Amino acid sequence: MFAWVIWRDLILAWRRRADVLATLFFFIIVVSLFPLGIGPEPQLLRTIAPGVVWVAALLASMLALGRTFGNDFQDGTLEQLLLTPQPLFLIVLAKVLAQWVVSELPLVLVAPVLGMQFGLSQNTLWIMTLSLLLGTPVLSLIGSIGAALTLGLRAANVLVALLVLPLYIPVLIFGAGAIESTVNGLEPKAYLLLLGATLVLALAFAPWATSAALRISVE
Amino acid sequence: MLEVTNLGCVRGTRRLFRDLNFSAAAGELVELRGPNGSGKTSLLRIVCGLAAPASGEVCWKGKNIRTLGEQYFRDVAYLAHQNGVKDELTAYENLRVSSGIAGRSLAKSEAIDSLARVGLADRLHLPARVLSAGQRRRLALARLLSLKCRLWVLDEVLTSLDDAAMQLAREFINQHLKEDGIAIIATHQDLNLSVNRVNRVQLAGV
Repeated sequence: MFAWVIWRDLILAWRRRADVLATLFFFIIVVSLFPLGIGPEPQLLRTIAPGVVWVAALLASMLALGRTFGNDFQDGTLEQLLLTPQPLFLIVLAKVLAQWVVSELPLVLVAPVLGMQFGLSQNTLWIMTLSLLLGTPVLSLIGSIGAALTLGLRAANVLVALLVLPLYIPVLIFGAGAIESTVNGLEPKAYLLLLGATLVLALAFAPWATSAALRISVE
Repeated sequence: MLEVTNLGCVRGTRRLFRDLNFSAAAGELVELRGPNGSGKTSLLRIVCGLAAPASGEVCWKGKNIRTLGEQYFRDVAYLAHQNGVKDELTAYENLRVSSGIAGRSLAKSEAIDSLARVGLADRLHLPARVLSAGQRRRLALARLLSLKCRLWVLDEVLTSLDDAAMQLAREFINQHLKEDGIAIIATHQDLNLSVNRVNRVQLAGV
């Protein structure tokens, strides 16, 4: 059942490639514009890189949130999902996983390449990838709660942003902090462990909260 | 097996209905009638378990459906106004995915047979996007059949269907009731089903 939900969402995303690529291009464009706009001074670029990459990932992630449940809500398949005899939190987890693979994983893979524009060292690029790998699933999980709560509402995008941003900020601080400490020659371990902890917390609570939000939104 | 007691429904600030009572045993049909906006769809959604009633309860085999949770969903199949069909998937894929997710995986041959039964044999591998409204409704019917549920909750099942498909739908419902299934159908038209006991529920509408 889990596999069916993931397969379905991946195939649907593949057949609607344009939407998916839009998120990736947004990320690439935002990150690439900063070195061009701010100038080539290496020290300055290295200082702003962690924040720029992470904020761009965050914004791109927020843009992609509406897709998690929006399409299913409109054609009536979400109701059918709510009526299956399977635990809803598993279905939600499968959908969020598929959404992460489609929207966030490309960002994680492309980030080190973009990071080279900021003159970051090999080690820093590796930590950057790792922090995004740990942090973006949290963004997807928390974002799914906001997406579920704002289903079918007007100005849903703005509302989702308002709802999830306060919860995104710790992830941003830990993620950017990990890269920043590496740039300054310090150990990023503490930040990475905190990111890991938020991931575990998000995995434990978010699917359950999203399920409850879905049932309310569909009522 | 299905008992509805003192059911009340409120949408926004409007009270749609109150103190609604009816029941259905195996093999029985509940025909739900009423003017537009009288709360037929809301009632069906409450019976499915998608919405909570403002008052009263729905019981399945003696237990409140809100306490049964997923056990109840095993027995219920809901056909809404919307077909529950993904546009980007083909008819064949739609059927296999929806039964796979419900935990009743269909073999390839079963899926093809099912689609042939509803007259979509030559549209198997076309994306649902290119199917007409009537063909999508037929696909929704195929999905309904594949779920093999005891209780069918159907909202305007005959919408968009041509004469042949309407006859097909009647056959399926007759067959379902004969096999001790229960159906609750909201409709504007006469169903012309061959069933002995029909409970008619008329919603007044204000």
